[in-house]
Amino acid sequence: MNDPVAVDPMVAKIEANPKYRELRTKRNSFGWTMTILMMVVYYGYIALIAFNKPFLAQPIGAGVTSLGIPIAIGVIVFTIVITGIYVNRANGEYDRLTAEILKEAAK
Amino acid sequence: MKNLLQFLTAMAVLLGAAAAQAAGGELGQVDKQPTNWVAISMFGIFVVGTLFITKWAASKTKSAADFYIGGGGITGFQNGLAIAGDYMSAASFLGISAAVMASGYDGLIFSIGFLVGWPVITFLMAERLRNLGKFTFADVAGYRFQQAPIRIFAAPGTLVVVAFYLIAQMVGAGALIKLLFGLDYWLAVVIVGGLMMIYVLFGGMTATTWVQIIKAVLLLSGVTFMAIMVMAQFGFSFEALFAKGVQVKTQLAINGGKTSEEAAKIGFAIMGPGGFVKDPISAISFGMALMFGTAGLPHILMRFFTVPDAKQARKSVFWATTWIGYFYMLIFIIGFGAITLVLTNPEYADTAKGIIKGGGGSANMAAVLVAKAVGGNVFFGFISAVAFATILAVVAGLTLSGASAVSHDLYATVIKKGNADSASELKVSRLTTLALGVVAVALGIAFEKQNIAFMVSLAFAIAASANFPVLFMSVLWKDCTTKGAVIGGFLGLISSVGLTVLSPAVWEAVLGNRAGSAPFPYSSPALFSVTIGFVGVWLFSILDRSPQAAIERGLFKAQQVRSETGLGASGASGH
Repeated sequence: MNDPVAVDPMVAKIEANPKYRELRTKRNSFGWTMTILMMVVYYGYIALIAFNKPFLAQPIGAGVTSLGIPIAIGVIVFTIVITGIYVNRANGEYDRLTAEILKEAAK
Repeated sequence: MKNLLQFLTAMAVLLGAAAAQAAGGELGQVDKQPTNWVAISMFGIFVVGTLFITKWAASKTKSAADFYIGGGGITGFQNGLAIAGDYMSAASFLGISAAVMASGYDGLIFSIGFLVGWPVITFLMAERLRNLGKFTFADVAGYRFQQAPIRIFAAPGTLVVVAFYLIAQMVGAGALIKLLFGLDYWLAVVIVGGLMMIYVLFGGMTATTWVQIIKAVLLLSGVTFMAIMVMAQFGFSFEALFAKGVQVKTQLAINGGKTSEEAAKIGFAIMGPGGFVKDPISAISFGMALMFGTAGLPHILMRFFTVPDAKQARKSVFWATTWIGYFYMLIFIIGFGAITLVLTNPEYADTAKGIIKGGGGSANMAAVLVAKAVGGNVFFGFISAVAFATILAVVAGLTLSGASAVSHDLYATVIKKGNADSASELKVSRLTTLALGVVAVALGIAFEKQNIAFMVSLAFAIAASANFPVLFMSVLWKDCTTKGAVIGGFLGLISSVGLTVLSPAVWEAVLGNRAGSAPFPYSSPALFSVTIGFVGVWLFSILDRSPQAAIERGLFKAQQVRSETGLGASGASGH
């Protein structure tokens, strides 16, 4: 079972720490920006499929390879890269900030 | 315990021997897959290896925490592989390569849908899940809520998703193993059910994790080798591979009596989106089911509690996303390999019609036949064994999450009001595992002849419409209350199941009503049912003016601080 969280005095201490507010602002805006980016890319792709199939089916060169192939591979690579960028920043910058906040609250 | 394990191991060996004999009896029959001894031996090695791991894991599985989350000390990299192993089901491996073989580009659209939920989990959920959670997703969703109602929602929410996913895997397993190994359907289902029970029952999360990691490594190495070998046939030129694919499809259309102009059009159609996504609403709805469903699958969410902290949780999703994305890119190559190397080879396929030999369901053999075409009989055996291992790893993860919903959410939290001791909780989870295993085998056999194509997408739709809104709103929205979460969650659950029943996949294909008569015309309910779930949670939360609701809103601050900083989060040593 979870501990009764409300009585933890650390919570109020952390809440009052400006670094916590900084962490929240930074991370939330970054996280939501990335989420919206991902949504735009994916639903943009789905919208292309739904509304403009010939666009994706057109060959890019003299051969048969269609524009849809690099776009689809692009969506996959984008998914991996955007995840990597977020994790890299969160595991570095945000975790350092979090560690400082917890340390200061424990004082 | 140890004796029981030895007994069950012996049973499994006996069962394997019986299976081999039963299969041997079929050798003389025409049009059935001959018993594949190479595949059976390779699978035997996998089974023996994983049983040893289970034995080792059993010695480490002493408490409920060991059983649910393997003690919580798994690293991010290991967990990433395990998530990939949990997620890359036989439906992905065999089904998507078959879909690419049949319609080319459409298979890729499907793959992308399965991938795009991961970043959303990373950005919004992974760290909060880890910081708030303990064993099940209800621990997170119900962090500041009244425990009994939220668990009474979460347990069926978990079990329904697990049941549909499990039936799909079991039926797929039976059919595929019949094709791959030449075993009887029921026997294949019993072997899968039996092995899965042994892993989960004795080894809990530790054994399940390692089965998933090993399977992920085998599967990723196998598909890498296959994709390289396919590309080698075309001088590592994608254009050459695609051109040959278009040429094969064009020739098939000509054989089918089309004029050369029509045939050229049909041949080229595999390079662009086709009939898979029909109307815009189905397209968006389907995309939502896959994107948000991933973030609501209980067996995937559970994996986040096996790592020690938020950092490792994030690393897990990054590795999982990387491996899964890599896997789907290779599956597309392998699907084209099936068009160019399997459909053109009279040994495997009716080359005039472009159909793989072996009757119904034989299209699912596409990927394994590519293995035979590029790697010979031994590699074919290897990939067949990997396909079997894939199913095992997925069903083990599903069973574990189903068992934890019953033992942790219902038994320990609702019935015992949080006062269950670890030993009795462990006992209940093991009993549930046994029960789930028996039910899974029975349903697998009962659904043999049913059209189960809708079941995985239904599992995703329910996860997206019931579990995801509740989880998301309870963690991120201050004004969310128990009442709102429970009512909204049930509304999402009921609407996603109800609309699926009324959709063509069930109303027409399963219930046998006339084509075009389905009251709900779209292929996925998610656009509507996810909205119903979210609006339900929102509406019934703001309408909730009870004193209890005020307390729950007051607890949000503390929940937020913990979810964002990990203050007081249960760590590996905290169990």
